[in-house]
Amino acid sequence: MSDLFVKQSTPVAFFGRLGRHALRGLEQVGDATILGLSALSMLFVRPWQGKHFVLQLSALGVGSLVIIVITGAFTGMVLALQGYYTLAKFGSESLLGAGVGMSIIRELGPVLGAFMIIGRAGSSITAEIGIMRVTEQTDALEMMAINPMQRILLPRIIATTIAVPLLVSIFDVIGIGSGYIVGVELLGVNQGAYMAELIAKITMTDIYGGWVKAVVFGFMIGMICTYMGYRSEPTTEGVARATTQAVVVSSVGVLIVDYILTSFFL
Amino acid sequence: MIRGESLSKRYGDVTALSPTDIDIQTGKITAIMGGSGSGKTTLLRLLAGLEKPSGGHVWYGDEDLCAMPVKRLYELRESMGMLFQYSALLNSLNVYDNVAFPLHEHTELDESVISTMVSMKLEQVGLRGFEQLMPSELSGGMAKRVAFARAMAMDPRIVFFDEPTSGLDPISAGVISTLIQDTSRKNRMTSVVVTHDVTAGLAIADHVILLWQGSIIAEGSPDSIRESSDERVQQFLHGRPDGPIPFSRSTTSYIDDLTHKPGTVRFAS
Repeated sequence: MSDLFVKQSTPVAFFGRLGRHALRGLEQVGDATILGLSALSMLFVRPWQGKHFVLQLSALGVGSLVIIVITGAFTGMVLALQGYYTLAKFGSESLLGAGVGMSIIRELGPVLGAFMIIGRAGSSITAEIGIMRVTEQTDALEMMAINPMQRILLPRIIATTIAVPLLVSIFDVIGIGSGYIVGVELLGVNQGAYMAELIAKITMTDIYGGWVKAVVFGFMIGMICTYMGYRSEPTTEGVARATTQAVVVSSVGVLIVDYILTSFFL
Repeated sequence: MIRGESLSKRYGDVTALSPTDIDIQTGKITAIMGGSGSGKTTLLRLLAGLEKPSGGHVWYGDEDLCAMPVKRLYELRESMGMLFQYSALLNSLNVYDNVAFPLHEHTELDESVISTMVSMKLEQVGLRGFEQLMPSELSGGMAKRVAFARAMAMDPRIVFFDEPTSGLDPISAGVISTLIQDTSRKNRMTSVVVTHDVTAGLAIADHVILLWQGSIIAEGSPDSIRESSDERVQQFLHGRPDGPIPFSRSTTSYIDDLTHKPGTVRFAS
């Protein structure tokens, strides 16, 4: 008995637990990939899900517009404020436009935009699908010869993949615009210098890079949030847990993938 | 004919259904009865193809449901209906759209025809005029009646009913039982009804299967079940608290647990 206790307390046991968690995580990644690919394979299978895709795009995209505008505006304003006082120390206020623009287009737009969409739309996707599981609505669809993967998962994955880059573009424009208002109108940075530096320093690669990130984030959010909902334990607590996990995993995933993509673009 | 062959289901270490052979007769009403946790719903879901069995096969004629391609399974399901225990109405659709859902999905019928068909189905369950209500605005009984109308919308050949009368008032339960019986007889529909309701089950069924602890303990016509000499069957039919089927699922003695639990009061001996 005491031998067993000693064994349980050793680092071996710790690494054993760690290994089990890692294996479970890998198993989930594999399961999510299979489920996501199964849903995507329905893309070209009749009946087309055009109507459901448009409904989801409207719910996820238009529904997230207000939060994206607010977040973009305040991000640009804070960035201009912080950037101005930092640059002023070196007498480089004219670089404010380039600083705000590059920060937003390359990083803050895709990442903060993705975070907002995870909180606003991703969590609701997981909760909605989870509740459909709890209340047997997915089983009812199955029994009515409707494939839930095609009807429920696919439109949401496609909708997030398209909605996120569109919303991030809006975030970028609003962010840069509000940065301009704070920098030029409130803090007195020269308008010509602000715009000239903004145009000169930002390349198409920066813009494409931001869009690529947004598309990848959108796809990832769609896959993770639909997977978590579809595989949630069919209980109230199970749906709540799945919703929390979807937000956490998506957010951490966005940061990890952001680093990997950034290392490619730089 | 639907046939389950050595059908079994395990969830982890728990055996929900021991290997079971079952025949569902075409055009007849088969009632699957038994206590809570006896494996009725598991058996129904296996027969409907909503769960994969841990062992055995489900045969629809000479086709194995478990090995069937998804496309063929969905073709087959267009001629099936299912009434779920908690109705499973689609929350985002109103009553009309829920009932019309399978018709919109699988037919090319004109909306005016669909509208007439929906009205007919809702009239059958006494809910015509409630088309615009959302599922959240319905009582449990009304939701079940709408779900019944939806299950019947395509005039299916095979219908699975999971506790069709639970949660209904006696009048609604009677109407639903009569509807199951009438539609099954008139349309030569194959019905599989899972129910706790002994009276309704025996009244409408052509064939009764009684389950206990994941195994069939009796089957036959309602009369043969009523006359069964098996004590377990008689205990279940008459709802007797004492008999071979224990009410308590605990495996240890309550008094022993109570008196030997650390921190509990010990009685002086």
